[in-house]
Amino acid sequence: MKLQKKGLRLLIITAYFIFLIISFLLGFSPGKEIGGNFFSFSIEMLKILPCAFILIGLFEVWVKKEKVERHLGREAGFVAYVWVILLAGTTVGGLYVAFPVAYSLHHKGAKLSVVFSYIGAAAICRIPMTIFEASFMGLRFSFIRLMVSVPLVIVSSIWLGNYLEKRNYKIMAGK
Amino acid sequence: MSYLYIATGLAVLLSAIRDREKTLVALKIAGKKFTAILPAFLMMLILVSIALFIVPDTMISHYLGDESKLTGILWAVSLGSLTLMPGFVAYPLCGILLTKGVSYMVLAAFTTTLMMVGILTFPVEKEFFGVKVTIIRNVISFFIALFIALVIGICFGEL
Repeated sequence: MKLQKKGLRLLIITAYFIFLIISFLLGFSPGKEIGGNFFSFSIEMLKILPCAFILIGLFEVWVKKEKVERHLGREAGFVAYVWVILLAGTTVGGLYVAFPVAYSLHHKGAKLSVVFSYIGAAAICRIPMTIFEASFMGLRFSFIRLMVSVPLVIVSSIWLGNYLEKRNYKIMAGK
Repeated sequence: MSYLYIATGLAVLLSAIRDREKTLVALKIAGKKFTAILPAFLMMLILVSIALFIVPDTMISHYLGDESKLTGILWAVSLGSLTLMPGFVAYPLCGILLTKGVSYMVLAAFTTTLMMVGILTFPVEKEFFGVKVTIIRNVISFFIALFIALVIGICFGEL
């Protein structure tokens, strides 16, 4: 299945480049325009991508996930939110990775509000993602976005956590 | 853009002074991740290069661009909530859209709903937290995204 997908991708990529080459040889103008688009976007990407990936590599080497996880154990009041956001920052992948981690955090005894903060933060504060965002949208954009979204995530998670705890909600798969 | 090069250079330098081995590992990780994502990138560039030929810039700026801020944001949040796209693809795409004249505000609405609201991930989320909590969380996230877009719009002088 996965191999099939790879094969299909390779086929599309090859067909695309053959199409471009033929277009340029025959002077087919839509093909030339598409080729021009592809070329200018690729240059744009190549200017930014290597830097972004080097920064992400450095981050992964110097900050270990286990370290943050260990600190989360002594969650005392508000500090727990800080740690959980740092932990979320090191999460790889999207929300679908965050859900199982959040679920296990809850089973290890984390408060509901902390769990929801984790999900929210995993969506918006992943550090590799933010490096990427800042590379393409500018530091100012990322800074404002983080400054606005992190407090909102914490406040709404505390509200949701309290609301659910009052109603004796238990996280139960599939319910 | 140049601050990105400066920051990267400094980071590598500092890291190399602290620990050369670790820095080499970091560069290897960077290379591995880069080559792993490359096919997906190539596909995105191919799709975008064709899509932008079929859908002209004027149409993009009509739906997402300056002409009507409200419709632009509504399109952005709908697209962002519905589609699933890794950030590694989404942000470069936003970079392209930015050069096509789409505002920061609209892109903020798009990326934030993309990351926080998941209609397609609903079946997964529901398995862990139940239907009710999943709906509440997604609705809250949706409004957070709108608010972020608003603040970005104000800060970038787009409102």
